Amino acid sequence: MKRTRWAPWRAGRGTAGRWVAGGVLVCLVGIGAFLGIAYRSGLPPVSPPKVETFPAETLARGAALAAIGDCIVCHTADGGVPYAGGRALATPFGTLYSTNITPDPETGIGTWSTDAFKRAMRDGVSRDGSHLYPALPYDHYRQVHDGDLDAIYAFLMTRAPVVAPARANDLIFPLGFRPLLAGWKLLFLHQEEFTPRPDRDAAWNRGAYLAEGLGHCSGCHSPRNLAGAEETGTKAYSGGLAEGWAAPALNGSSPAAVPWTADSLFTYLRTGVDGRHGAAAGPMGPVVHGLSRAPEADVRAIATYIASLSADRPGTAPKTPALPERTAEAARVNPAGASLFAGACAGCHEDGAPMMTQGRPGLSTVTALQLDRPDNAIRAILQGFHAPTGPAGPAMPPFAASLTDTQVADLAAYLRSRFSDRPAWTALETAAATVRQEESQP
Amino acid sequence: MTVTLTVNGADHALDVDPATPLLYVLRDDLELNGAKYGCGLGQCGACTVHIDGKPAFSCLTPVGAVAGRRIRTVEGLGSAGAPGLLQQAFETEQAAQCGYCIAGMIMRAQALLDRNPDPDEAQIRAHMQTNLCRCGTHMRILRAIRRAVALRKGTQSAQEVRR
Repeated sequence: MKRTRWAPWRAGRGTAGRWVAGGVLVCLVGIGAFLGIAYRSGLPPVSPPKVETFPAETLARGAALAAIGDCIVCHTADGGVPYAGGRALATPFGTLYSTNITPDPETGIGTWSTDAFKRAMRDGVSRDGSHLYPALPYDHYRQVHDGDLDAIYAFLMTRAPVVAPARANDLIFPLGFRPLLAGWKLLFLHQEEFTPRPDRDAAWNRGAYLAEGLGHCSGCHSPRNLAGAEETGTKAYSGGLAEGWAAPALNGSSPAAVPWTADSLFTYLRTGVDGRHGAAAGPMGPVVHGLSRAPEADVRAIATYIASLSADRPGTAPKTPALPERTAEAARVNPAGASLFAGACAGCHEDGAPMMTQGRPGLSTVTALQLDRPDNAIRAILQGFHAPTGPAGPAMPPFAASLTDTQVADLAAYLRSRFSDRPAWTALETAAATVRQEESQP
Repeated sequence: MTVTLTVNGADHALDVDPATPLLYVLRDDLELNGAKYGCGLGQCGACTVHIDGKPAFSCLTPVGAVAGRRIRTVEGLGSAGAPGLLQQAFETEQAAQCGYCIAGMIMRAQALLDRNPDPDEAQIRAHMQTNLCRCGTHMRILRAIRRAVALRKGTQSAQEVRR
């Protein structure tokens, strides 16, 4: 190896001493400055507030806002007590476990003051001063008004307390060291409280406030950078990933076969299915579950705002694929897929099937078949999905037990060529195997 | 087209359209009438059979997709004269009213017991959720499954199981 010329320790003793001392000083100042930024003091504990300290109106508003914010989804383990935490959140950096946000004094947030709660929501700092991971979307919650955070606090503090200690996270080194999060926040936590746009109407502004703040829609529907922060600007809402499901773009690059309107978005968000786009599956199911109970005007407002994001989408005329020709061609190219479709899918999805008379979306309008990635189609086939709003909602049975990875690949390829005019998907068998492998893990 | 099916350990070569639902072939061609046609939509579970040991809706399974794979139906667990453990437990608990869902219920439960011989109540309920009984004998069905678990363990008296 070539010896470097920069070798200050080889110079005179005095010079070397100065270099070393200078280096140490710079390091110490750096560490000191970082710890200064990273250090957040603990806030004093309070006694859990009593229910009667909160007006009923505040509690009702808090409940509605918590439903829009979907707190319950991340803060409830599978089959666990609501808000008691323990749900595993898989991230590219390891697995995080959500914490108990019931008012238990020992293991929950029972001793948190309103100030401590607001600091956690806006700065991502726990009552004891430790930094919280941005899986809690405080970058969004910073935009929420004070009074709304008060209402959510009132709602959470009046839930039944549950003793449920937090599970230890399982993160890649060195991310378990929480002060590092101060660096992340320096780079990415700059959002400010929401200010309405005067050139838009009240519904749009209400929708923007809810979607950008508590709803944190772009948390899934925007791509994230290497540090796990959301991309902004023109990349905002250009599509992301959530728990292995593709979260479709909601901006002008929306892959929907038929453009979204505020009405169709409202129907979808409220009922979990829209006749020209598909059904809510994967992580969108719980979102719909929350919104099906939220105030109707708020859901309409969110729909108005989200629809405006793709208003500039080119080619807004509904596509009319020449289905009969496509069907014959798809069957000719992929007879195995066509046969699987006839035996496994046609009973619900073929024209004239009982389900199709109930206003359920035809497959040529289902967004999952229009996406660049086949993940959503494959997940729906293998895992199926439950109706997010109750037994009468949209559901699909799983086919993991009856179809092999090769068969799932054949079927997905057939669906793509018959119901979409977009380029064929590749590596379908691998994608199916990946999903199945995840499924088999406990 | 000829499709070879392996059902309850026996091979059958059948001349059939590969898109035909497995359920039709089991009932119409092989005269295995345990599995029933309920909804035809994969929502009730009356048609449940095992494919390679896992419970599946045979009404939504194209027969061509399961050629050469291990298929097991309720007839594979035992006969009227020599019922299997779970079948016996269903009989003892009189878990059937009209009986239409029972073959599917038994096969669904059998898949659980094959994987986990000692499931707790929550596991049994979560596993059985996909199968419906319109007569409402779910409580007896759950009792029959608990009985089979206890019989297999041999450590509890049937009386204890009843609780």
